[in-house]
Amino acid sequence: MMERFDKLNAVVMPLDRSNVDTDAIIPKQYLKSVKRTGFGPTLFDDWRYLDPGEPGMDHGQRRVNPDFVLNDPRYQGARILLARKNFGCGSSREHAVWALTDYGFRVVIAPSFADIFFGNSFKNGLLPVVLDEAIVDRLFEEVQAHPGYTLTVDLEAQVVTTPSGESFPFEVEPFRRHCLLNGLDDIGLTLQHADEIRAYEARRRAEAPWLFDAGPRA
Amino acid sequence: MTGKTLYDKLWDAHVVRREEDGTALLYIDRHLVHEVTSPQAFEGLRLAGRKPWRTDTVVAVPDHNVPTKDRDQGVADPVARTQLETLQENVNTFGITFFPMGDVRQGIVHVIGPEQGATLPGMTVVCGDSHTSTHGAFGALSMGIGTSEVEHVLATQCLLQKKMKNMRVSVDGHVGPGVTAKDIVLAIIGRIGTAGGTGCAIEFAGEAIRDLSMEGRMTVCNMAIEAGARAGMVAVDDTTIEYVKDRPFAPKGEDWERAVAAWRELQSDADAVFDHEVHIDAADIVPQVTWGTSPEMVVPVTDRVPDPAAAGDPVKARGMERALEYMGLQAGMPVTDIRLDKVFIGSCTNARLEDLRAAARVVEGRRVAEHIKLAMVVPGSGLVKQQAEREGLDRIFRDAGFEWRDPGCSMCLAMNADRLEPGERCASTSNRNFEGRQGLGGRTHLVSPAMAAAAAVAGHFVDVRTL
Repeated sequence: MMERFDKLNAVVMPLDRSNVDTDAIIPKQYLKSVKRTGFGPTLFDDWRYLDPGEPGMDHGQRRVNPDFVLNDPRYQGARILLARKNFGCGSSREHAVWALTDYGFRVVIAPSFADIFFGNSFKNGLLPVVLDEAIVDRLFEEVQAHPGYTLTVDLEAQVVTTPSGESFPFEVEPFRRHCLLNGLDDIGLTLQHADEIRAYEARRRAEAPWLFDAGPRA
Repeated sequence: MTGKTLYDKLWDAHVVRREEDGTALLYIDRHLVHEVTSPQAFEGLRLAGRKPWRTDTVVAVPDHNVPTKDRDQGVADPVARTQLETLQENVNTFGITFFPMGDVRQGIVHVIGPEQGATLPGMTVVCGDSHTSTHGAFGALSMGIGTSEVEHVLATQCLLQKKMKNMRVSVDGHVGPGVTAKDIVLAIIGRIGTAGGTGCAIEFAGEAIRDLSMEGRMTVCNMAIEAGARAGMVAVDDTTIEYVKDRPFAPKGEDWERAVAAWRELQSDADAVFDHEVHIDAADIVPQVTWGTSPEMVVPVTDRVPDPAAAGDPVKARGMERALEYMGLQAGMPVTDIRLDKVFIGSCTNARLEDLRAAARVVEGRRVAEHIKLAMVVPGSGLVKQQAEREGLDRIFRDAGFEWRDPGCSMCLAMNADRLEPGERCASTSNRNFEGRQGLGGRTHLVSPAMAAAAAVAGHFVDVRTL
């Protein structure tokens, strides 16, 4: 079941790059797993470690890259990721979201997100928050200027609040917000409309029978 | 009332119900499945005690992890083997159409769907893979989805979605000789950027798109996602219908006649209004080469590697500097001075018969340059491979020094043994030049099959039009 999200106050980690792709968030070799869990130690693997990683390794024994922000002691315990535009572009791999949540992130703030990543996030209790580029620029300055900088993200009120009390409203589609606030399983919700799906199928079968005889034909 | 776009028509035909905020339940006609993004979805079904809604819409194939040589020895990597076996178990349990390794129909999911006629005009097509946009070439609404959505579609035959915006990219006029579908789409991405189509469904239109074969249209739609658009599409015409006719899954007899009549309507109306319109003059497009770590970092082969100092925007300039450093390139150097280590012809973008023919024409009677460590051709499917061999293309490639492999995703994403070593530089016909995409520290340059073949022969990039 999806973890619900309502409000969070947490340390913010800045990732100052545009177009962070899902290959960077979780490299391909870890996609061979048949599980949804255990991706946290390999989040941003190529940037985070100095040695190559493979599935099944003890990642705690690897050489960490001290210059990568995830390894900076001041951002330990961060649960909010501050990012640049087009975050999550590239592959549809949901493993990217699983890696972020498994590491502990619950919110990503960016000026824009890639569509598939954006949708995948909501399915896993990770809230993607879109704020204006100018606001994101300012947040980058603040988080870099103030060690231990936190933000409060309130999904119910749809607002991000800074330690000084300044607040920035954000948009969320009502349906997604509802599902996330309540931790709802959307398959269960959809199946409540099973009759409508069947009615659609009956209508469609009359219009386009070839779509309902889908196997190979002699 | 204004007319409808192609996307509007496809959308309207598939809406089962709408929520108050406009989120819709969209019915899915075809669900393509591969080994990497499906195991957690099948497991989710099992844990919730749910059954798939309509297994006859599902076609499954292993492609991301499969080895491309020595298949008789099985899959050496135990983690990959487990994932492949999991797919086999799932298709057995749920009774799903499956083309396993060793079946001549096995191949890259986005090659085999159209090849089998499993992708038809007017369909909604989904797959847990972002390059599902490929199938839009048939006048279908096709989208990549995440694993939760794979599970949702398996369980309900529907996808929860908000309607995207309409964008049309028209490539007006005709391209010159030596300029291919790959060059067209790279030029489009270079123009609109890697997020230029975010939130949109892109219809590719104009004479240069109409001129393309279905293979070429698939190449263009395949990379819609590299412009940020989850869906790309091309209107149906005679080229579409000719391609689909007589394929194994295509309708036959009276159904065929009815289907064709319906498919003819799959065009944007003349008075349809798009949220965004882009026009590109086909005559301006020359063969393209990416120089950086995002598909938007692309220049004509006749150009030089760009200078971050000229970027204007500081965030963009930093990104360019980082890309130049990663790629080991100097700003201002001619693209034709970029020397290569490996060449990869393959992937869901460019591993169809037409691609292999184009590459073979360049290679014929020539040799791969001495210093190229590996030049490989990975056909998109067993059937592509078989036909290429009938035409003697394998002989041409082998004689020139290429390796001729078995079908799969291979070095497009390097999940199997085919990969770049740190620092190695590759001319690749694939779709992503992200850091580490083809192997940790590997450097990828995206090009057309003809340009990749020319680069293999020359050992560096060269304008294929001058060969």
